[in-house]
Amino acid sequence: MSQSDIQKTILAQQKSEDRRKLILNTVLLVLLLLAPFAIYPVFLMKILCFALFAVAFNLLFGFTGLLSFGHAAFLATGGYTTGYLLSNYSGLTTEMGIIAGTLVATALGLGFALLAIRRQGIYFAMVTLALAQLVFFFFVQSEFTGGEDGLHGIPRGTLLGVIDLENNLNMYYFVLAVFLGCYLLVQRIISSPYGQVLKAIKQNEPRAVSLGYKVDRYKILAFVISAALAGLAGSMKSVVFELASLNDAHWHMSGEVILMTLVGGMGTLLGPVVGAMFVVNIEYQLAQGPLRDWVDPILGVIFVVTVLAFRGGIVGEVQKFVRKNMG
Amino acid sequence: MTMIFGVPMAVLSGQLLIGVINGAFYALLSLGLAVIFGLLKIINFAHGAMYMLGAMITVIMFDALGINYWVALFLAPVLVGIAGMLIEYFLLRRIAGQDHIYSLLLTFGVALIIQGVLTNIYGVSGLRYVMPDVFKGGVNLGFMFMPYYRAWVIVVALLVCFGTWYMIEKTKLGAYLRAGTEDSQLMQGFGINVPLLVSLTYGFGVMLAAFAGVLAAPIYSVTPVMGSHILIVVFAVVVIGGMGSIGGAIITGIFMGVVEGLTKTFYPPASSAVIFLVMVVVLMIRPSGLFGKEA
Repeated sequence: MSQSDIQKTILAQQKSEDRRKLILNTVLLVLLLLAPFAIYPVFLMKILCFALFAVAFNLLFGFTGLLSFGHAAFLATGGYTTGYLLSNYSGLTTEMGIIAGTLVATALGLGFALLAIRRQGIYFAMVTLALAQLVFFFFVQSEFTGGEDGLHGIPRGTLLGVIDLENNLNMYYFVLAVFLGCYLLVQRIISSPYGQVLKAIKQNEPRAVSLGYKVDRYKILAFVISAALAGLAGSMKSVVFELASLNDAHWHMSGEVILMTLVGGMGTLLGPVVGAMFVVNIEYQLAQGPLRDWVDPILGVIFVVTVLAFRGGIVGEVQKFVRKNMG
Repeated sequence: MTMIFGVPMAVLSGQLLIGVINGAFYALLSLGLAVIFGLLKIINFAHGAMYMLGAMITVIMFDALGINYWVALFLAPVLVGIAGMLIEYFLLRRIAGQDHIYSLLLTFGVALIIQGVLTNIYGVSGLRYVMPDVFKGGVNLGFMFMPYYRAWVIVVALLVCFGTWYMIEKTKLGAYLRAGTEDSQLMQGFGINVPLLVSLTYGFGVMLAAFAGVLAAPIYSVTPVMGSHILIVVFAVVVIGGMGSIGGAIITGIFMGVVEGLTKTFYPPASSAVIFLVMVVVLMIRPSGLFGKEA
């Protein structure tokens, strides 16, 4: 085969792969649009919120190689801020509350990033965990969070003052739109030159430094974007469930988002979404059955098995399988 | 009554005593973390669970078999140490070559399992452990009342800390350990059984945690979740001190306990957060930690 033939084959392969991707994405989109007619919308929204949370986390962990063990802090900060504002200022429309929650979480993310960036590897994980615990204590002792009880009866309100979000279908399509927007944004980020630098940092940080990249700035920005999206997920979650509680701030939640990302496939775009679906579903199914008290140990077992046997996660392993057998 | 900054002397010294005791626990736990980190280069997320196991086993053995405190002080750490070696052998060893983040996640999963299973069996409300008769009562030191048991905890914790420090810094076994930290392949080349050394190290590290758990049983409420909170605090202590030196881990642990005690006396609302705040300050001023070697 001559050089140009090889190029042609590669191009043809690329084309067929693009077509496959397009078909897959269209099918997924149609499914997402039709889903609330088959499945309880609130359950779907729960999955979407956690999927966004996991996508945000994965941008940091899967693509930049930074393990944050404190992402619950951003989820909770978004949720509490939005919940407090919407409950106390009836003039606010829902999206204003959500934007405010996201902004506060973003600012907190910047604070976390500036501190945690000073240490590497597992120290980074420990610092974020400790900072998140500090935020947890703050929420426990603050008046505005309702302490142990949390915030109840957060009004869903109206979107842009027009669309009634008390209606579950309206709410669902709003959450879906936000989720898809963020998903595309993350996709754009990781395929941009900036995203390539993040991957380079993950692979070999000293090399990225020696190439002249100001690694810390890239890491901080990635952390802040990740915190912002996690905060957005928390804000939406508090509106969907009309509730913001300490559960979201607990270290357990930080562990859960790691599990979602790991099980789904870290460093892949779709992985965290699949992982969130998987974990939320398993928790739901277990809660119905005789094993309802065994959720934690079972999650622990899933953790151990994933780490030992398939570190690529569901999406990663499927990709590997497809590449081996169909490529 | 003598007052110091508007606080009665007896109250202050009482809080200081509690601070030193908490500090002794922090020291024992961060010491174990540092020992494990030294050779395995992993953060043992199951450390809190091992501490909890030490306390739970003590209580359960007493309730079920009538095994007393003194036997438990020896037996519980040994049992937990064996469990730790099994975890190392069957789980951690399989991912030895991978990124250290995976071993952190693996031990996190193990902690979830242990804590979850025990929570199901015993609930979260806490078990009672009756203090051995020898330790009932205390002695009046003039400025404060010193319960015997608390004095015992401080003395024995310090002895164990010092013993560990001595073993690692001054004995031949410690020399192997330190050499393994530097270059385990070369060690293997010299004919030393490194995998065995790794197992023993992990077992010893979690033994220290379980030992702290036994000490904690008579004075803290023994519950399956007692390990998870203290572990996060100990992580902060480790970030403050840095894991580069064994002595540093001990000093930082006790010091942080005292800081916590003082905060409880002068500004109680901040007492649960103060260690984390100190961590923030240390990160800003001296990112590698007070005794840290890595940048």
